[in-house]
Amino acid sequence: MKYIVEMENIRKSFPGVVACDEINFQVRKGEIHALLGENGAGKSTLMNVLFGLYQQDRGEIYLRGEKVNITNPNIANDLGIGMVHQHFKLVHNFTVTENIILGIEPVKALMVDTRSASSRIREISERYGLNVDPEAKIEDVSVGMQQRVEILKMLYRDAEILIFDEPTAVLTPQEVTELMKIMRGLIEEGKSIILITHKLKEIMAIADRCTVIRWGKVVGTVNVSDTNEEKLAEMMVGRKVLFDINKKEANPRGEVLRIESLSVLGSAGTHGLKNFSLRVKGGEIVGLAGVDGNGQAELVEAIIGLRRTDSGKIYLHGTDVTRLTTRQRINSGMAHIPDDRHKHGLILDYTVLENLILKNYYLEPYSRRGLINWDYVYTHAEQVIKDFDVRSGQGAEASARSLSGGNQQKAIVGREIDGNPDLLLAVQPTRGLDVGAIEYIHRRLLEQRDQGKAVFLISLELDEILDLSDRIAVIYNGELVGVVNAAETNENEIGLMMAGGRRGAVA
Amino acid sequence: MKTKLRVKKDFLISISAILLGLLAGAGLMAVTGNSPLEGFIYLFRGGTMNIERIGNTLATATPLIFTGLSVAFAFKTGLFNIGAAGQMLIGGLCATAIGLTFDWPKAILLTVIAVASLIGGALWAALPGLLKARYNVHEVVATIMMNWIAYWAIYYIIPQHFKGPFLETESQRIPEAASLKVPWLTDLFSGSFINLGFFLAIVFVVIIAFVLEKTTMGYELKAVGYNRDAAEAAGISVNRNIILSMAIAGALAGLGGATFYIGFASNMQIGVLPAQGFDGIAVALLGANAPWGVFTAAIFFGLLHNGKGFMSAMTAIPPEIADTIIATIIYFAATSVLIERNWDKLKKINLENILRRKKRGKLAVKAGGER
Ligand SMILES: Nc1ncnc2c1ncn2[C@@H]1O[C@H](COP(=O)(O)OP(=O)(O)O)[C@@H](O)[C@H]1O
Ligand SMILES: [Mg+2]
Repeated sequence: MKYIVEMENIRKSFPGVVACDEINFQVRKGEIHALLGENGAGKSTLMNVLFGLYQQDRGEIYLRGEKVNITNPNIANDLGIGMVHQHFKLVHNFTVTENIILGIEPVKALMVDTRSASSRIREISERYGLNVDPEAKIEDVSVGMQQRVEILKMLYRDAEILIFDEPTAVLTPQEVTELMKIMRGLIEEGKSIILITHKLKEIMAIADRCTVIRWGKVVGTVNVSDTNEEKLAEMMVGRKVLFDINKKEANPRGEVLRIESLSVLGSAGTHGLKNFSLRVKGGEIVGLAGVDGNGQAELVEAIIGLRRTDSGKIYLHGTDVTRLTTRQRINSGMAHIPDDRHKHGLILDYTVLENLILKNYYLEPYSRRGLINWDYVYTHAEQVIKDFDVRSGQGAEASARSLSGGNQQKAIVGREIDGNPDLLLAVQPTRGLDVGAIEYIHRRLLEQRDQGKAVFLISLELDEILDLSDRIAVIYNGELVGVVNAAETNENEIGLMMAGGRRGAVA
Repeated sequence: MKTKLRVKKDFLISISAILLGLLAGAGLMAVTGNSPLEGFIYLFRGGTMNIERIGNTLATATPLIFTGLSVAFAFKTGLFNIGAAGQMLIGGLCATAIGLTFDWPKAILLTVIAVASLIGGALWAALPGLLKARYNVHEVVATIMMNWIAYWAIYYIIPQHFKGPFLETESQRIPEAASLKVPWLTDLFSGSFINLGFFLAIVFVVIIAFVLEKTTMGYELKAVGYNRDAAEAAGISVNRNIILSMAIAGALAGLGGATFYIGFASNMQIGVLPAQGFDGIAVALLGANAPWGVFTAAIFFGLLHNGKGFMSAMTAIPPEIADTIIATIIYFAATSVLIERNWDKLKKINLENILRRKKRGKLAVKAGGER
């Protein structure tokens, strides 16, 4: 038996998209097999088919050489397949043990026997070095720990084929290292792992083989030892990718944004912002690093005026803007690239040209005395579309919905930069984009910096922060952990700070 | 070009809904042992047979145009105005009260009446808008409550202050000078109910279409309707637009009330929520929330309402069949999502290709003209 998993000619379509198109995919026993592809390539869909969450339209699945029909996740469990989803599926006010035995509770004398379950969980946890406390409540443990609970859940069900869907997206660099160690341990115990990711570094570090998917099709399967990051990137994107960002010396000048002891209440379940202070000067990019949900959203909303502040002040060019409306702040030179482009960035039912005037439609020359000057708006839109390389089937008249993610983002970036702002607030500006679009947007951000604008970059991608920033601020639990010069730091140090470690504590 | 495609699709969906409704009506006629063909002939002749009946069809359609526009306008901002009936009552009350109180020349009187009923309706709807904006009270709940407040207010005010000589349950007839009916028009349509309200309706269809397509106000209102969050992040005041949108919707329904009570009718009865307020929802739905779509849908409904009496007089088909047809059309228009989905499957490729080819022929399209 050569392959433990074989998927043959799998096709799965959703209304309007073929997520998997005749995919062939084989996993050897005892290997870590990476599944690489950009966002939307179809990786999750393929694995959801294997896990029984979706039914393939066509194609066959063989496990250990035998044809199987996996119509629901219970069957997958019985066949020894386990999956850690991109978004964890845990009950927050349950303990670790309760979560793990959920659905397969051992019963003794009509009572759920948590005792024996919990001792078995402890045993598995020790064997794989997971370090999980079976009695802890999920809401009290870190994200990294929750992920290990998900891993335990699979092991408790005796899974042999373990699927990890983008497991590192929510982790700090240290937690990533930790996870890799755990994965190696699992392999030693005879498990096979499928690792979904779009991060090349991780593949090079841990995988044995790698299958690359693009637009729902397999581009190829390679031995990791025979390849490198550049080649993988090229397979993933379909063309050569430039890795180096050509970055000039920063030339910081006067202060543009000043945040002074800002405190903001958080929405339920997330941290607010506590006594946060930071300055951003013209001509520099300040990056804000942190694990998701540590107060970034609250900070951004407070800066653009969508969330009430508790105490503290926000200054733009030395003027207090804390009590101004969003529109007034925009008019004083603030621009914002939001992280959720569909929710906050675009009106999907409007055309591209209508979206491009979202912030200035009421100003001359876009309109005069309440009447929109569509002729001007149209010519202006054509210019922005050209300048920012927004590609669409029908130019300015295409509905925003019909654009690809990268082009939607370019339209937003175009709109914001076109307003000639003094402060550009870029929140996850490349989330979910392909490498080409990422490259483009990074260049634009640097260009803004070089023109003397203040750029405040808030991102969950540490690489992005490290590549672009001149100074890096780190946020944890709603508080500023510290600010470091990008030239004098590294991934490791930032990673520790992201977990709350003060700079002084770093050796 | 996308907008065009969309309009074309909406149109086809509405037509499909109508055809399916008529088909269901035909089925019912056949089941009750009548000839559908004969039924339809009388149904449509009833509304179009002669100039008087055509006039009546337009007169019946007039308040529907207003309430349809009202619902459609609010809907563009993402609001469901289910209170057009109450707003009509308030508009009608303003019109009746002024008409019965002041003895001014017709032109002045009608102008004042129009303005008053517009403001009355606007305020009546602005209140739910305010509640929504300020306290997040759902506008459906608030407008339904406002319907009943208007209903009971009329119940009290009309008998107290404007009651007629004989009946406690209705107001006096408004004087000639305060009526939207004018002799030349009535004569032109050989004694029909048609009145100046119809022309007012056309004027407002044009105004609303203009506001929605050409003004910053319409741009803002639609932005809020399509995506509140993005509008807010772009600095647009969502609350202001919610109140404004409701006020304009109410103004339209209020005017519709005036055209109904001093145009179509000539007095106000107590104890009735005008059905046109709710039919407006159907009209907006069938008209795909587009001003001219609403106009056309309202006239179509006017036709059915007017034809059903003639149909039941000339055949053994009960007039309820016409109501069933209307109801079925509403049903299909409401479930247009299903029609749309199948339509997409069938026609998408074809239609888009045709349009694309056409587009290449033309030069860069002027944005303004094409929207
Ligand atoms: N449940 C679904 N319904 C409709 N479309 C879906 C669904 N799940 C995924 N898709 C679409 O299928 C494609 C592949 O998605 P996915 O498998 O999640 O990609 P990946 O995990 O590689 O980022 C995308 O275009 C996505 O929009
Ligand atoms: Mg995925």
